[in-house]
Amino acid sequence: MRPRTDAARHDPALLRYGLIFVALLFLGLFVVLPLIAVFAQALEKGWGAYWAAITEPDALSSIRLTLLAAGIAVPLNLVFGLAAAWAIAEFQFRGKNVLITLIDLPFAVSPVIAGLIYVLMFGAQGWFGPWLNQHDIKIIFAVPGIVLATVFVTFPFVARELIPLMQAQGTEEEEAALVLGASGWQLFWRVTLPNIKWSLLYGVILCAARAMGEFGAVSVVSGHIRGETNTMPLHVEILYNEYNFAAAFAVASLLALLALVTLGAKRLLEWKMRQDYADFTATEGAEG
Amino acid sequence: MAKHGFKRASILPGFWPTFGYSVLYLSLIVLVPLSAVFLKTATASWAHFWRTISSPGVVASYKLSFGASLAAAAVNVVFGLVVAWVLVRYRFPGKRLVDALVDLPFALPTAVAGIALTSLYTEHGWIGRWLAVVGIRVAFTRLGVFVALVFIGLPFVVRSVQPVLEDVDPQMEEAAASLGASRWVTFSRVVFPLLRPALLTGFAMAFARALGEYGSVIFISGNMPMRTEITPLLIVTRLEQYDYAGATAIALVMLVASFALLLGINLLQWRSRRYAEAA
Amino acid sequence: MAIEARNISKTFGRFTALRDVSLEVKEGELLALLGPSGSGKTTLLRIIAGLERPDPGAGTVLFEGQDVTNQRTGERRVGFVFQHYALFRNMTVFENIAFGLEVRPRSQRPSKKYIRDRVRELIALIHLEGMADRYSSQLSGGQRQRVALARALAIEPKVLLLDEPFGALDAKVRQGLRRWLRRLHDEVHVTSLLVTHDQDEALEVADRVVVMNQGRIEQVGAPEEVFHHPASEFVMDFMGSVNLFHGRIDSGKAVFGQLVLDHPNSAGADGQAARLFVRPYDLDIHPQHNGRPGLRARVERVQSAGPQVRVELVAETGEAVTVEMSHVQYRDSSVGPGDSVYVSLRDARIFMEDYTI
Repeated sequence: MRPRTDAARHDPALLRYGLIFVALLFLGLFVVLPLIAVFAQALEKGWGAYWAAITEPDALSSIRLTLLAAGIAVPLNLVFGLAAAWAIAEFQFRGKNVLITLIDLPFAVSPVIAGLIYVLMFGAQGWFGPWLNQHDIKIIFAVPGIVLATVFVTFPFVARELIPLMQAQGTEEEEAALVLGASGWQLFWRVTLPNIKWSLLYGVILCAARAMGEFGAVSVVSGHIRGETNTMPLHVEILYNEYNFAAAFAVASLLALLALVTLGAKRLLEWKMRQDYADFTATEGAEG
Repeated sequence: MAKHGFKRASILPGFWPTFGYSVLYLSLIVLVPLSAVFLKTATASWAHFWRTISSPGVVASYKLSFGASLAAAAVNVVFGLVVAWVLVRYRFPGKRLVDALVDLPFALPTAVAGIALTSLYTEHGWIGRWLAVVGIRVAFTRLGVFVALVFIGLPFVVRSVQPVLEDVDPQMEEAAASLGASRWVTFSRVVFPLLRPALLTGFAMAFARALGEYGSVIFISGNMPMRTEITPLLIVTRLEQYDYAGATAIALVMLVASFALLLGINLLQWRSRRYAEAA
Repeated sequence: MAIEARNISKTFGRFTALRDVSLEVKEGELLALLGPSGSGKTTLLRIIAGLERPDPGAGTVLFEGQDVTNQRTGERRVGFVFQHYALFRNMTVFENIAFGLEVRPRSQRPSKKYIRDRVRELIALIHLEGMADRYSSQLSGGQRQRVALARALAIEPKVLLLDEPFGALDAKVRQGLRRWLRRLHDEVHVTSLLVTHDQDEALEVADRVVVMNQGRIEQVGAPEEVFHHPASEFVMDFMGSVNLFHGRIDSGKAVFGQLVLDHPNSAGADGQAARLFVRPYDLDIHPQHNGRPGLRARVERVQSAGPQVRVELVAETGEAVTVEMSHVQYRDSSVGPGDSVYVSLRDARIFMEDYTI
């Protein structure tokens, strides 16, 4: 213990308590209260009404659609994330930084625009509009459009978790495996994948959570057809606009629970993920 | 293999399949659809384009979106710094829970945030009723938009500053103290300069996110024309009226602003990384 | 298995790592590739392993006379030990060592029992019994390196390639492992190539030493030969400490200040610059001129804390000279700081511009 250290960085008690108070007040106001409000309002009319709200047919179909969209978007972006991370982390090539920046693009784009671009491509007046019409294929205002928009907004999540990690881990283990006679797939399954499993899991969770919670992009492409093209967030909006507040918050509470699960997973995985980055040369000892 | 070619030779397998697939997927899902905005605008007449993006309603939305986002990001810089400081430097019961909660605005679906905030700040809401006593109305006003944007930008500054604060060398502060500096001087002249790049980055990210935000805002804003309409909303209304050209025009303006911000943020991060390496 | 590298050249962008290097490795020998960083030794090792390829058309690698230059590394049956171990962090010691055997294609894969026995055998060989279930993060540096070695040996490689295997370890651990490696080699007799920048390591462990510098081979030979009969200035300077004097050739003699040496092979080289290299232990200190070639100098410091006594002197011409002698010799000589003495030469090498004598 070095008391001098603490003394040098020791803020006066008044300042400390003051800052803690301000921080907690700010967070309480902006984070905790809205969270509590969701659950409080959801249960305003009691458990019976709550249960009815979330088991009502349109609500159920919105849940189904949400799960479907996520169920397609997540695996697609997972495969992409793995492929992109492999190419970027294990090889040197020109324009790598450009590629990395491009992968981040969906983050910089407003969700509304994310929906707009697919309307421009597949909507009635879009590039492929007439062709789709001819073949009686509906993308916009139908499920495929929702899936596409969801894929777009969750595009970078897995890749962003994997790329810095794999870059930090380097290629030595893979080289060692190659010299020992492993094939490409054996290398990937036995050496690379186990080294990234926690970050991969976290990326998938983030991707899934965002996929299920997306509102703006999906709102633009969906057409809001009750029971058919509404995801859970859209269903919440419909209920709210009909002044059916308790039901709206009931469905919203499911999404809030999902957010809390995501936060919990992050907490649990964070320590594991930091281990993945661990550098071994730090633990040299004098013993042989 | 050419010396200065595209890719350095490597014995690891699988480059072309993974690279090719990534570029293909990126193009199909992101690049080609995004290009639709630019191409569509190119086909419309310049006059029409200009008329759309400079019409009074749209300009009013720029002012609101831009102004509220800027103000919200600024507030987040101040309070985000306080929160980060408290989380890194002090100990108090429930700190880990608080740390986890900082991410909530990022994890919570925007529609849920939207209706929750609205319900809090209407005149009968838990917070709204107290403010009403003092005559302040939040829901369905510009102030409401501002509040919503503070909510969603909160994690960006905190998470930007935290790692930098954790890495500050205690010996620097000890040195300052041993030279007779007060806590305030030590903070403002030794610690704060180190945090500046992270604060700037956090500000830019919160600002960028706020500009494009839709779901959290449209419930609390009330969407009154010329008063509380945000720019993304105008894109949606144009689309609902099948005015693709108009929607695209406004979208183009937003995209240019977003890309400029993205570029700025990347440059900032690149510069701060170099600064850190030199230190 | 005998290895031959013929005319290997390798560039990375604008940096030339190897320039037309040729080398023969005899069956069963332990060969050290010694040199400073940037000398190309690791690149040569990796090309032999198949982790890099020579520049197109610039060289071949032969195993037992067969051209393997373009053969994939996994097919060459080489064992490679990385400088930073490259152990699979998510596998136990057992799984690491077993890896090479388990990834063999079905048809060539040995039975589970065979693998288990072989791995246990190797674990015993590296003295890590009881640690089979540990992960690399739970091992010390020296233990990790032994696991890396066992992992390489598990596939019964035709050649063992070690890339500065002890570079990242403490001095004591390094010495112990060095000796252990030599004993292992005597037991197992696998042709081995060791890359190192530590000349003590190369001299102690290897059957033959290859000294490399800036992508070229300077000398190949047994440790005694390389040390006592260096073929070039670089080798002499690199292997052990050395005193350097600058001078020139003048009518059949090499002149370095007061020091004049007969140099019969230098006819016609008058006026050329020459450099004299003398090992500290090839110099003697006397109170007076003793009839042998030498120079006058003044003693500046005497360092007697160590296995030898080091005397630092300054010659009349201003050059710094270091002499090493045993403690017994030092006591007998009774020199001290400030003394003016005569330093005589017992053995030295003279290098001229392009000649070596």
